[in-house]
Amino acid sequence: MQKRLTRVAIAVLAVSALVGVTAPSNAGVKGIKGGLKIAIMPKAVNIGYFTAWDKGATNACKEIGARCTYLGPTQATGAAQVQFINQVIQQKYNVLVISAADQNAIVPALNKAKAAGITIVTSDADVDPTASASRVTSILPAASARIGTAEVDWIAQATGGKGSIAILSAAATAANQNAWIAAMGPYLTSKYPNMSWVGGTVDKSVFYGNDDATTSTQQFDAILAQYPKVAGIISPTTVGVLAAAQEKKAKGATVAVTGLGLPSQMAPYIEDGTIQKVGLWNPIDLGYVAVYAAAEAASGTFSGAVGSTFYAGPTKKAQKTYTVTAGGITYLGDPFTFDKSNIAVFKAIY
Amino acid sequence: MKRINFTWDKGILVLLVLTIFVGSFITPYFANASNMSFVIQDIGEFMLMSIPVTFLIIAGEIDLSIGSTVCLSSASIGYSYRHGIPFWFCIIIGLVVGLLCGLINGLLVTKFGLQSLAVTIGTLALFRGLCYVLLGNQPVNQLPSSYTNLGSNAIPHTFFPYVSILILIFGAIGWFTLHYSRIGRWTFAIGINVEAAKFSGIPVARMKLALFMITGLMAGLAGVVYTFRFASASPDGATGYELSVIASVLFGGVSIAGGVGTIWGVMAAVLELGVIRSVLQLSNVSANTLLVVSGGLLLLSVAVPRAIEISRNRRKLVSKS
Repeated sequence: MQKRLTRVAIAVLAVSALVGVTAPSNAGVKGIKGGLKIAIMPKAVNIGYFTAWDKGATNACKEIGARCTYLGPTQATGAAQVQFINQVIQQKYNVLVISAADQNAIVPALNKAKAAGITIVTSDADVDPTASASRVTSILPAASARIGTAEVDWIAQATGGKGSIAILSAAATAANQNAWIAAMGPYLTSKYPNMSWVGGTVDKSVFYGNDDATTSTQQFDAILAQYPKVAGIISPTTVGVLAAAQEKKAKGATVAVTGLGLPSQMAPYIEDGTIQKVGLWNPIDLGYVAVYAAAEAASGTFSGAVGSTFYAGPTKKAQKTYTVTAGGITYLGDPFTFDKSNIAVFKAIY
Repeated sequence: MKRINFTWDKGILVLLVLTIFVGSFITPYFANASNMSFVIQDIGEFMLMSIPVTFLIIAGEIDLSIGSTVCLSSASIGYSYRHGIPFWFCIIIGLVVGLLCGLINGLLVTKFGLQSLAVTIGTLALFRGLCYVLLGNQPVNQLPSSYTNLGSNAIPHTFFPYVSILILIFGAIGWFTLHYSRIGRWTFAIGINVEAAKFSGIPVARMKLALFMITGLMAGLAGVVYTFRFASASPDGATGYELSVIASVLFGGVSIAGGVGTIWGVMAAVLELGVIRSVLQLSNVSANTLLVVSGGLLLLSVAVPRAIEISRNRRKLVSKS
């Protein structure tokens, strides 16, 4: 009886050793170094869009078994972000995933981080193209032109294809917004001959809300005061489109508003008809894919060279492959629109 | 009284030493060459601007446009470089622009008799608007790295960044001028009682004009340092710098009413604010909490000297009766 019990015990131990029941270990993904120390840095920490971005990044961190920290300034300026890049260097992080608040001002600091051995990937907002060597790759949602032209399509739908349009943007030096706006100009002129820009050209029709709720509200009022006949306002930033929707509802204005909006924030305004449609890509995906790209670069399996590929996903079945295109940029996909038909589903997700 | 007179500026020096000492133990990331180099670089522009602003506030004036002057100086450098002017000359243009900004402020205050607070709130907006006129939305990058490296690197074989040289030179000039020269005594006199100063033959208007111009020039110099540090010229740089400089100057023991202050107190205060921020940040205190801490320190810097003054007056009254 004793001998039999011992044999059973040994068998059980052997099997459990094989199955790894001894202690639960951090999930890991094949090909990625475990235990990486990753810093996730938004333009500014108190913006809902970046909270969603961080959610995706944290999901990826859990899958690859990395230790992630969300840190960043309260003001979306380059000078403020530089202080936090220094913190990342001093606290000896391995990886930095960052949305650049200023495409030029942070470059010397990023180069210092790179010299200290930190792997850098930009996500959501890139550094200036001349500084592309300071980061491995940049994860951007979709080609700039498509994001800009899509928003023109949405405002045309809302205004019936006629009228004058103004833009309520973020900071005047924000690279991503400026690239989208640059694509809007010629597209509106060529595709919608009955529509025009309030200031004559697209450059003269942009107002800057600086990704600040108060400033955006004031600029919305300024647009209405300066151009009372404005038919539509495009706001290619989640802070701006939310402020515009709130102020439109508060003032009972008739101007059409659209732009890039977070479904959870815009849901009440879509449901009550203040806004017909907004769009976005999924910031959760931007954060998720960026962490995988950076972790693979830090593990030596991804170089960031044009044409090289990396995957994002914990298992072979769930993985999606991404390719680096010109300028070191990796694109995710097309903008996704939210209106009365699908807002109920998405407002709970992000 | 044989006791050492406790003044706020001596307190700041003690606080600075204490913070560095305690900070080295609270977090292992603070007390190393690379971080100290960064802290000095981080406060470099503030240090340079706080020296002339000390003079200005002691003389009873104020300049809220210095942040915008920094931005305009940087924008001028970028604009000139974009139009093909050799970079060393662009730097001179940046300094001259700063001087001109100070001249405008000074003339409006002395020739037209306007309040400096109101004037400089106006020029704050004016100068910042001019930045956008110069550069549009396009920052200027790709500045010659032989210059911009001076903004990022340390002096070889030390951990001191190059801006330390400027800080030492202008700190020494400011300290000697304010405390050991006739100009310094005039500055205090104007701040304590401007009418009495006029009647004693002090050229008050010329002094104030000069102080505004020097403030503008140093803001221009800070603009050059800023441009080097960020290797770019942007139309929206240096936002909020004026408030940080004035807060540091007040934290250094200068009275907003005029007539009181020391250069070394102010320089210690600028360094102290940078050190506190570094220690707290490396201890993973959130950015929001840092704001609260700076605000709290500023309130202390105003309340504590006043409280000491009240208690001293009370003791005088008691000893008299």
